[in-house]
This record gives sequence, structure tokens and C-alpha cells, in this order.
Amino acid sequence: MGLIGEGLIKAVEMLLSGDPELLAITWLTLRVSLTATLISVIVGLPLGVLLGLVRFPGRKLLVTVINLGMGLPPVVAGLWVTLLLWRSGPLGQYALLYTPTAIIMAQVLVSLPIIIGLTTSTFQNINPQLIMQIRSLGASRWQLFIVLIREARLAILAAIMAGLGRVLAEVGASMMVGGNIKGETRILTTAMVMEVSKGNFDVAIALSFILMGLAFLITFALTSMQQRKRSA
Amino acid sequence: MKIKKYRWLLLGLIVLLALAGCQSTEESPSNIADETTNQTAEQGEGKETEESSEPAKKDMILSTTTSTQDSGLLDELLPIFEEQTGYNVKTVAVGSGQALAMGEKGEADALLTHAPADEEKLEQNGDVINRKRVMYNDFVILGPLDDPAQIKDKPVTEAFAQIANTNAIFVSRGDDSGTHKKEMSIWQEAGIDPIGQDWYVETGQGMGDTLRVAAERQGYVLTDRGTYLSLKEMLNDMVVVVEGDESLLNIYHVMQVNPEKSDLINEEAAEAFVAFMVSKEIQELIGQFGVDQYGEPLFFPDAETEGESN
Repeated sequence: MGLIGEGLIKAVEMLLSGDPELLAITWLTLRVSLTATLISVIVGLPLGVLLGLVRFPGRKLLVTVINLGMGLPPVVAGLWVTLLLWRSGPLGQYALLYTPTAIIMAQVLVSLPIIIGLTTSTFQNINPQLIMQIRSLGASRWQLFIVLIREARLAILAAIMAGLGRVLAEVGASMMVGGNIKGETRILTTAMVMEVSKGNFDVAIALSFILMGLAFLITFALTSMQQRKRSA
Repeated sequence: MKIKKYRWLLLGLIVLLALAGCQSTEESPSNIADETTNQTAEQGEGKETEESSEPAKKDMILSTTTSTQDSGLLDELLPIFEEQTGYNVKTVAVGSGQALAMGEKGEADALLTHAPADEEKLEQNGDVINRKRVMYNDFVILGPLDDPAQIKDKPVTEAFAQIANTNAIFVSRGDDSGTHKKEMSIWQEAGIDPIGQDWYVETGQGMGDTLRVAAERQGYVLTDRGTYLSLKEMLNDMVVVVEGDESLLNIYHVMQVNPEKSDLINEEAAEAFVAFMVSKEIQELIGQFGVDQYGEPLFFPDAETEGESN
């Protein structure tokens, strides 16, 4: 218990002192996770809508693969991205390994299936009569898409939160493809692992409070957005 | 109404993306190189200064052992190297086994490891070049205060044999690191195969984590002195039971990965890094490192004088 209290005090201290390294780590964590989630949303949302609404041969298999991907262990994603980015690998010449871009790639790999999967199941549940009704009112495809997204916004925001939660929590892949390099690819989770192995438990606990605080703020913002829509 | 609000949400997301995008371009650290150019010129070492204000290839990947990072040594030395040369070092701290494997594959530019036997193999195969001795510390066997296997001050192999005979708990790195390789060679000398024994615990983790497991399970453990000293205060009831044997020397070498391995290897940076690590100034710094905090150095400088080969 003493250690947790110390960690909490340390967290407040570290935040108040405005330690530039801590700020940089926190900002990088935020930047990487939000970018990864955003890419996943931009790519995953239309795909999820399509998979949910359109029937085609092989669809069931595809949905199974995506559902499997929702549980993709981050270390597996990390390993694949590493193989891809190695100097001897297909993308080696771009020297992306041990950069924030590599972390984003791995995080997209773990969050994309979540966004697609949850969107798919949401749109599968939309009453087909609603779609017919909208169409019969003369809506274009784009208008239909917008109306349906609006209809499913609760579930979509939930999917975004799930995806974001996954990338914020993930450490295995970031460690592998980022390398936890000081000042470049050190994010909150990898810094925590390192501090623990250095024996600096108070710092690690402080970092955990900061990460959880960050997750809380983002989730709170998204949740209030989600709930306000409902009452509107 | 509702659509308007939704648009607001979209706008928010777009702003976030833009923000994220901007930041990533701002971050390219070209200004750091400019600042250090003068110093590089003064040092008279930077060949690259003649052509441009910064090295052609800035990034250098240094693959090294966890002990050099966990002890804090690299945090002290690397900023000096970066400032002097304008290179940007990406340190990947892994076990010596993985560090050497990265060198063998050409995935790193320079290596700093402590597994001399394996390093020599890589050197013979032409995977690494320009290998130089940098520093040493020593391994010690830690054990519980009450020393259940009664190995205090015994010779190393005898101590290991007695641990096995008395079924006392032994905690191993089990991660193919330099320390683990050392441990395995001692078991081999003692003629014992500990793998799979009840009393033999493999953590598969770094030195710090392994030490904590050993303290928790009250087992014996082989560790480098540097990591032990830096974690000493949280290892309750663990004491050094065997030390000082010549076979327990832990020698660190720095080396370049053979540039023929891959076009992407930053040969100039790696060469500069090797020269840096064995330079007089840095050797002195290594000898002083940790004295303030632990009362004794964590590493002893050991580079040979100019001209001699290793």
C-alpha cells in the first residue's frame, strides 16, 4: 500500500515539475495512439459498414478472420511488423523500424480488426426496412451512409473507444517495433516496463497513474459525446 | 440538428489528425545537428563536415545488453557521442544473444555486448569488424543470507555443484544473454545439466527482473555486479556469497557490424562509436560512473592503448 501512495505522490510531483521527458513521452503516447485509432477508423468504418450490409460469397470467412483479428495478440502484430521493416525485409530500405511510425503500424494492426468487427456487427443489426425506407425517400448512397452512421453512432463510438483502449494499453508490439528508445519511441507503457526492470517501482506506478488518467480523459470525452447525442 | 453535431465530432477528429501530423514533421531533429557542427569541427573528427553540415546517415542502431541500459551508463555516454558527432543513436537494449543475432543479420550498426566467446565466432565469420575491449566488471553469485547450500566463498564450479546437490533454488536468466551464457558455461564445467530440474527456475527476463525473482524465491543467482549494486537496496536478505574468481570476469566489447552485410548499415557512425567508446575521455567517464551513487564504480575501463590489437 505504501508503494501505491508513494507512486501517486510521485505522479503528482512529476506532473507538477513539468519534466520535459515525461511530457514528451506522454505526448508521444497520445499522438501515436490517436493516429493509429484514427487510421483504423478511417479505414475500418467503411469496411465494417460494407461487411455489415452487403452479402457476397466468402463474406462469412472474412468476418471470421476479422473476429479472430480482434483478439490478435499485440506481440504477434509486433513480430509481423518487425519482419516487414527489418533491413533485410521488404520495407527495409525506408528505415522505419524503431520509429513512431512503426509503432503506429503495429497499433493499427491490432485496432483495425476491432473497429471493423464491431462496426460490422452493428450494421448487420440495422433493420433492412429502414434502409429501404431511406432509399425510397430518394437518398443517394452517400446520404444513406451518413444517415446509417448517425443511426449507429452509439455503437460506433463504443467501437472507437474499444480500439483506442487497445492501443493505449498495448505494450508488446510497441516494445518490439519501437525499441523503447529514449526521446524517440519511448511511450508510457514501454517506459513502465523499463522502470520496473530498473527497480524504480515508484516511477512505474506514477506512470501508470498518468496513463490511466489519460485513458480516463479520452474515454470521458468520447462517452460524453456518445451520451449527449442520445439525449439530443 | 443531429447531423450538425456529428459534423462537429468529425471536425474534432480531423483537427486531431492535423495536430498529430504537424507534430511529426516538426519533430525532425535537424536543428540538433546544426548546433553540434561547430563542436564536430573543433574535434577534427567529422569527415562529413566538409561536405555538409550533418552526417549523410544520421541514425545509428546500437544493439546492446540490458545491463548497460539498466545501470544508466548509456544515458550518460550517448548524449556526449551525439553531441560530438551529430549522429543519432537508437539504442536497442536486449540480451547479448539477441544483440549478436541482430549484428549477424545486419540489423544493427554497432554492438556493445559481453559474450566474448560468441563475439569471437562472429568476428571469425566476418559478421563483425573492429572489435575492441571497452570495460569489465565481474559476475558474483548472490544467495539468501542463511546460505542453505553452504557455498560461501567456495570456488565457482564447486559452488554450482553444491547448489545442485543440495537442491537449493537457483534462478536463471534463461534468455541467452551474456550472463546466461556465462552461467551455462559454469554448469557445463561442473558437469551438471540443470535444465528441467525442480530447483532450477528460468525467468526468461532481464537481469533486474531475475534478481527480484531470486530475492522473492530466496534462491541463488548469477549476476553482474553493476546491476546488483544498482538494485541492491530492494533485494532484501540477498548477499554476495561467491566473488573474486578470475573466471567470473565480465568483459564488454564494442564492435561494428560488417558493412558488407547490408547497404543500409551506417559504417561511419559505427566506426566513430567504436573510437568514441575506447577514447581516453570516455574511458575515464566509465571509471567514474556510479561512484557518487554506490560508492564504487559499476564498470572498470579496460580499453587497450592505441595501436595494440585486441
